[in-house]
Amino acid sequence: MLKLDRKLLRDLYQLRGQAIAIGLVIAAGVAVFVMSMCSYRSLESSKNQFYEQFLFADVFSSSGRSPNALRARLQEIPGVAAVETRLVYDVLLDVPGMTEPATARLISIPDTGQSRLNQVYIARGRMIDPLRTGEVVVSEVFADAHGFVPGDQVRAIINGRSQALSIVGIALSPEYVIQVQPGSIMPDDKRFGIIWISENDLEAAFDMAGAFNSVAIRLAYGNQVDETITALDRLLKPFGSVGAYTRDEQLSHQFLSDELAQLRGMAVMAPVIFLGVAAFLLNIAISRIIGQQREQIATLKAFGYSNFEIGAHYLNLVLVISVTGTLIGMLLGFWMGANMMGMYAEFYKFPSLDFRPDWMAVALSFVMTSTVSLLGTLFSVRSAVRLPPAEAMRPEPPPSYRPSWIERLLPQRSLTPEIRMVLRNITRKPFKALLSVTGISMAVAVMILGNFSLDAMDYMMDFQFRLAQRQDLSVSFVEPATESVIHEVQQLHGVLESETIRSIATRIRYQNRSRRIGIMGLQPDAQLYRLLDANENVIRVPEFGIMLNSKLAKLLGATIGDLVVVEVLEDKRPTLMLEVSGIVEEYTGVNAYMNKGQLHKALLESNVATGAFLKVDPNRIESVFSELEQRPGVGSVTIKDAAMKTFQKTVAENLMVMRSFIVLFAGVIAVGVVYNTARITLSERSRDFATMRVMGFSYGEVSIVLLGEIILFTIAAIPVGWLIGYGLAGALTSSLDTENYRIPLVINRGTFVMAALVVVSATILSAGIVQRRVGELDLIGVLKTRE
Amino acid sequence: MSATTTPTAVFRAADITKIYQMGEVQVHALRGVSMQLFENEFVVLLGASGSGKSTLLNILGGLDSPTSGSVHYLDHDLTASDDAQLTRYRRKNVGFVFQFYNLIPSLTARENVELITEIADSPMQALDALEIVGLGERANHFPAQLSGGEQQRVAIARAIAKNPKVLLCDEPTGALDVHTGIIVLQAIARINRELGTTTAVITHNAEIAKMADRVISLSDGQISGVQCNDDRWEASQLKW
Ligand SMILES: Nc1ncnc2c1ncn2[C@@H]1O[C@H](COP(=O)(O)OP(=O)(O)OP(=O)(O)O)[C@@H](O)[C@H]1O
Ligand SMILES: [Mg+2]
Repeated sequence: MLKLDRKLLRDLYQLRGQAIAIGLVIAAGVAVFVMSMCSYRSLESSKNQFYEQFLFADVFSSSGRSPNALRARLQEIPGVAAVETRLVYDVLLDVPGMTEPATARLISIPDTGQSRLNQVYIARGRMIDPLRTGEVVVSEVFADAHGFVPGDQVRAIINGRSQALSIVGIALSPEYVIQVQPGSIMPDDKRFGIIWISENDLEAAFDMAGAFNSVAIRLAYGNQVDETITALDRLLKPFGSVGAYTRDEQLSHQFLSDELAQLRGMAVMAPVIFLGVAAFLLNIAISRIIGQQREQIATLKAFGYSNFEIGAHYLNLVLVISVTGTLIGMLLGFWMGANMMGMYAEFYKFPSLDFRPDWMAVALSFVMTSTVSLLGTLFSVRSAVRLPPAEAMRPEPPPSYRPSWIERLLPQRSLTPEIRMVLRNITRKPFKALLSVTGISMAVAVMILGNFSLDAMDYMMDFQFRLAQRQDLSVSFVEPATESVIHEVQQLHGVLESETIRSIATRIRYQNRSRRIGIMGLQPDAQLYRLLDANENVIRVPEFGIMLNSKLAKLLGATIGDLVVVEVLEDKRPTLMLEVSGIVEEYTGVNAYMNKGQLHKALLESNVATGAFLKVDPNRIESVFSELEQRPGVGSVTIKDAAMKTFQKTVAENLMVMRSFIVLFAGVIAVGVVYNTARITLSERSRDFATMRVMGFSYGEVSIVLLGEIILFTIAAIPVGWLIGYGLAGALTSSLDTENYRIPLVINRGTFVMAALVVVSATILSAGIVQRRVGELDLIGVLKTRE
Repeated sequence: MSATTTPTAVFRAADITKIYQMGEVQVHALRGVSMQLFENEFVVLLGASGSGKSTLLNILGGLDSPTSGSVHYLDHDLTASDDAQLTRYRRKNVGFVFQFYNLIPSLTARENVELITEIADSPMQALDALEIVGLGERANHFPAQLSGGEQQRVAIARAIAKNPKVLLCDEPTGALDVHTGIIVLQAIARINRELGTTTAVITHNAEIAKMADRVISLSDGQISGVQCNDDRWEASQLKW
């Protein structure tokens, strides 16, 4: 080994504390980056493969009873590569031992034994024999949640009749990679499942021989979606189509896309934060070491080492730290990524979802960390290279200090010499002080960023499930229910209060923008399902007009007073002109609301309901539920508590893992910055400190000079970090603002305090380590050697 | 300097000046110095503190350039050389010994020497160089484990190990006591004698001048006198 390289290793050993701290900051950034990129690639390639192999459709539409003869016409629409027509029905299941309702979506399998599009992948067991009745294949998450295996039986209430279905296989589908029931925001494996059943069985059960009610279309490559949709809608309109939509509005695909977008966001954010901090730390560490080694550099030069060799020597030192950090980060990233895949595998079901190391991302990490580290230290190294050897032989002139401006602002009597030393040291290098403060504040910010999502989720839950929706059960009817049915439901023993709603599928237009949405007609004095504004004030449903939720208003660009066009996609399909009469705050979905009576008038119908919200005696929830379940007209029943609990559990599981990493990484940043700053102060000032000790200053007094700086930095960094954290959280929420859900920018005071506490602890910890060295100062040694 | 040999001038400095600009103030470190150093010669540069000795030596060693005037090493014009050429010149030809030793603290005595032999054309073995200064036993000690005199001898070993054409020593004994100073000087004299290395030693100790072939005195940036010794003293004979 070259002796210069040996020097490098020994310098590195001298520097080990700082090198480890910096390496870990780099490792943390790389870990998040590699984790997100690998997860992204794994998820995306699994997705693409599944979509391609099992022919995921591009366009979807559902309608009322449509004759099979239409299929040939659909096939002829320009741009259509393949058409699948099928029957799809949501039914309630009767699962023994289960007191909460489970909804199953029945999807027909044609006689050929496999769908033409959205094909079914059999994970276990076998495909149904389409010629035998009563055979079904069940989606995997649902089967797992209930412990179903091939050979088991399940009972479904199909068209009012309880019917036994025998499970022959467990399956996955590209259409339901994640199974989310329309209207909910999270998958609920126990309460919503997909069941594939032969077309013949469904036709018989729902009296739909020779007809379909759902269409899936795969487009020929590179075709105009809009034109296909228009043609499709025109053909299906007479049969009650509520309008076709693309993958963008397909729930499972939406969830996957949102997840992928999040991963990409993380892959951008993490390197920016962590590598920024690392560059700064490297900069202060390397400038310091170069300052200390002025004479060594001059000696090397005197003996004929070239500028290049000297520059390379220090850059190599930087590279060893950053490459080692990157390697550790890579392994950590792989490990986190593999964990992440494990977590994803519980939500997203693919035939195979394997963790794939993304070597491009790894290569990119190395390029990124090396570049950033080198950039961060380039100026110091250049100054080492430029150092004129004759001058470097002379000891560095004593640093020039001046009374700092802060001193003039402070009461003179409070300024002990120690405090003056601290203040002058800070004001002598204001830029370094600024960077140190920024570095520590980054730790605070990362903590906030990591923890606020829990606050936001809590707030969202509270807002949605306690303030807005106050029902215990919600019921939806298969067909709009007449007053007598409503009355029956309301009379069930245990029902305390009830409200009915009228939902209707529409396309809403404002200027050139439009969205497919369901409009919900509410009773004006609704108490169980309340509309709130952003300040949690209840908004009374007005007599006229339409109320949009804020996301819909933003999507359409419409605001209060604007006239929107509502094309009703059901029944007589009237087109309505409505004035936007209010904006409602909601954190899930895109929805609009109207006065129920007004809606009836517009639809020229009597008082009917598509659903009801019930407040039920807590002791009677189960009995009300099972009574409802028996009724033929009832399509689904949701118990709010159950939905809430699932949601909370899912969110908590998801967030806990990420949170612990984030707390760890925030700690790494804090320790990295504080330790480095204190270590450098110690090394720059060790002669001063030794002199002070020799002159009789106590250990404590010397420590004030050493740690005063870092304490001031930390105090200054906390509010700055709060601000940055708030800003980053804001950026995150707006990047996660999707049609399915929004995260409110709500940060609890506890989160701010917690962030400050973690950083203060990290400060105390690392300051303690450095401060111990004051006690170990070799008083004579320090005074003897020339700096 | 014996009159019978035809001396080859290794260094030829002609009318060099060095001005340091310190803000408003100009410091004239050298004010027109002309001199020559000959092959195999042992020269002592004598002068008070601030007289410009180090400045002159640094210019000869290619560490610094004069403000005006010219310096030749053999047929190289050092004043016309760029940074890379000066680096190559130092790498091939010059061995330095500094007043404050300037060893790399993270390398052992032997590694300090090897650091230099690794980049030299025809170096001697690092251990041999340490033997010459009597430190073969201490090869694996770090600078912090050596006394000042020992460190300075390692610095000399480092300077001679590459078999330089010239050895430039800036107050090699400045920080040492008499006894160790003499040991260090003996080592330098031996190298000059045995290897024929042209040697220049800075000191403000007139006693040391007795060892030299020639003594050049500097005062206030100018040569104030040159004196030839017919008889070189052994280092062991010196007293101060
Ligand atoms: N880099 C510099 N900047 C400004 N002035 C300098 C610089 N280097 C040397 N000088 C000045 O030049 C003059 C000569 O300095 P030099 O170091 O050559 O003296 P010296 O004879 O070696 O003294 P000493 O015996 O104290 O080492 C001094 O007045 C010194 O202050
Ligand atoms: Mg000098």
